[in-house]
Amino acid sequence: MSKLTAAIVGPGNIGTDLLVKLTRSELIDVHSMIGVVPESDGLERARKMGVPASAEGVDWLLKQPTLPDIVFEATSAKAHLANAPRYEEAGITAVDLTPAAAGPLVCPPVNLDTLSEAPNLNMITCGGQATIPIVHAVSSVVPVPYAEIVASIASRSAGPGTRANIDEFTQTTARAIEAVGGAGRGKAIIILNPVDPPMIMRDTVFCAIPSDADTTAIQESVEKMVAEVAVYVPGYTLRAEPQFDGPRDIWNGMARVAVFLEVRGNGDYLPPWAGNLDIMTAAAARVGEQIARRRVTK
Amino acid sequence: MSEANRGARGVAPSQGDSMGAAKETPAKIRITDSTLRDGSHAMAHRFTEEQVRGVVHGLDVAGVEVIEVTHGDGLGGSSFNYGFSLEDDVKLVAAAVDEATRARIAVLMLPGVGTVEDLNLAHDAGAAVARIATHCTEADVSLQHFAAARDLGMETVGFLMMAHRVEPDLLAKQARIMVDGGAQCVYVVDSAGALVLGEAQDRISAVVKEIGHEAQVGFHGHQNLSLGVANSVLAQQNGALQIDGALCALGAGAGNSPTEVLVPTFERLGVPTGVDVQGVMAAADDVVKPFLKRLPFADRGAITQGYAGVYSSFLLHAERAAERYGVPAHEILQKVGEAGYVGGQEDMIIDVALQLAAERERAS
Repeated sequence: MSKLTAAIVGPGNIGTDLLVKLTRSELIDVHSMIGVVPESDGLERARKMGVPASAEGVDWLLKQPTLPDIVFEATSAKAHLANAPRYEEAGITAVDLTPAAAGPLVCPPVNLDTLSEAPNLNMITCGGQATIPIVHAVSSVVPVPYAEIVASIASRSAGPGTRANIDEFTQTTARAIEAVGGAGRGKAIIILNPVDPPMIMRDTVFCAIPSDADTTAIQESVEKMVAEVAVYVPGYTLRAEPQFDGPRDIWNGMARVAVFLEVRGNGDYLPPWAGNLDIMTAAAARVGEQIARRRVTK
Repeated sequence: MSEANRGARGVAPSQGDSMGAAKETPAKIRITDSTLRDGSHAMAHRFTEEQVRGVVHGLDVAGVEVIEVTHGDGLGGSSFNYGFSLEDDVKLVAAAVDEATRARIAVLMLPGVGTVEDLNLAHDAGAAVARIATHCTEADVSLQHFAAARDLGMETVGFLMMAHRVEPDLLAKQARIMVDGGAQCVYVVDSAGALVLGEAQDRISAVVKEIGHEAQVGFHGHQNLSLGVANSVLAQQNGALQIDGALCALGAGAGNSPTEVLVPTFERLGVPTGVDVQGVMAAADDVVKPFLKRLPFADRGAITQGYAGVYSSFLLHAERAAERYGVPAHEILQKVGEAGYVGGQEDMIIDVALQLAAERERAS
């Protein structure tokens, strides 16, 4: 079976973790790894793995005699917005791992099957990949007028891109909680924790639910979803059973379900505490493979 | 140079004393009152517009120059995780601006919780001072917010929270990041009420040494170990020019340094604050005390926070989790301290309570 080829633009934490995952793929060959800083650790790692690497940016990529089928972009929202039209013009499908959210938002266990043929697909955020499946699991049982997520990540796993784009993280995640998760209104909170040894990524999902909601059905839906995500992120687990609470004044009269998640990474690049990298890159790799399956069966 | 930066750190010429000696009066400090922001934690974020107007009026009459009005967790804090505001922040800010004749209104925001969009709305409502808060090691997440606040023409203040968690030299480096990003003052924030005297002093000194020639330094204390006022005095003596307080100590944990205690204390020390002692005591006694259901107090939970270095705002959340899961609040807080959770991780309180409840079940 012929494989598709993919370039990775942005050799930081996320790009390098993705590189490790894609080299294991049976459907995708890594075309090249591209950055802008010659002494980048990610570029060095790519070279050692025999992957062509360049610090001359997207200009270099687009000059290559053979262009890749897909580009995975792990730079910043601003950089992606500048690069996206160039990929499209060159006929390269972009899988965007920045919070630029220029194309349709994708969360594999929710909408991978209905993936559009759009030239640009957005992976939302790491916090979004960890929590939106749960919002969707709840909203597919009962109406969810409001959902809120809290993502806590280890400081060391947040690179300069994440830090400079923290508003984009919360805004893109909130939007995806609504558009993909199915909540009426979404809110996202991100916390960086510097504790040493680093904390494993934790995510909490709060959904407002009707006070007479079928809690057994919600619990089953959540557990089924956790199992689906765990297929590609084995360290994705519930810390406790979903917690149901009746309406309270301080919640403006809403009842809620709270779901506590832990995301232990695969340790492909950064150690297992960086579950935020793992869930983002594993989800992106799945999207790339889905594109490959479609192209091959056509 | 902004209003905040005007008037160098150090000493101002004295008006002369009875002996005619060349004795110098310390520089004036600025008191920022946070009753309507940190106090929001103690009120479970249920301030009414009437209460806000009453407090602003009392403080304004007393001569307090800056009054902070926001959800306890800052703009955008209204949530399941922290508690929903009874009234929208922007509406309360607008009411405070309307009520104040001299005082300027400040808002707090934590990057990751609030966004520049929230800051724009608060500015439109008349907020003049933006206080941007990060954990003490994460200053670089605030750069887009300082830039936005400066573009809006707001005065900027950086808030390095949980300052007990890093050594003075590292704290100073984080303050440097905020100043380079546009902060006109950086606060050493003792969010856990955990700094004991010299520890506060050393942190203030280190930050003053690093940024004092180009920005002011402030101190925000909590009363968990009853040292808020004493630490504030040490901060002033080591070069801090902005000090936070709250009427009746209304704030997270055992509360903040009481504004009505800070003002007479500094007056006795000969440090000008521009605030009237009688006026601020009246505001505490006549305006705030009557609407309080519980006065901030160093109970077992709050002391544990100071002792174990736990974010003060966790107190009421721990009490609720204690009631829900049948485990003591102080045990939850102790575990939260050991795990090193930072401001904003209120969800982890439930997680810890669930683990403790499970351990108890296994043991029984």
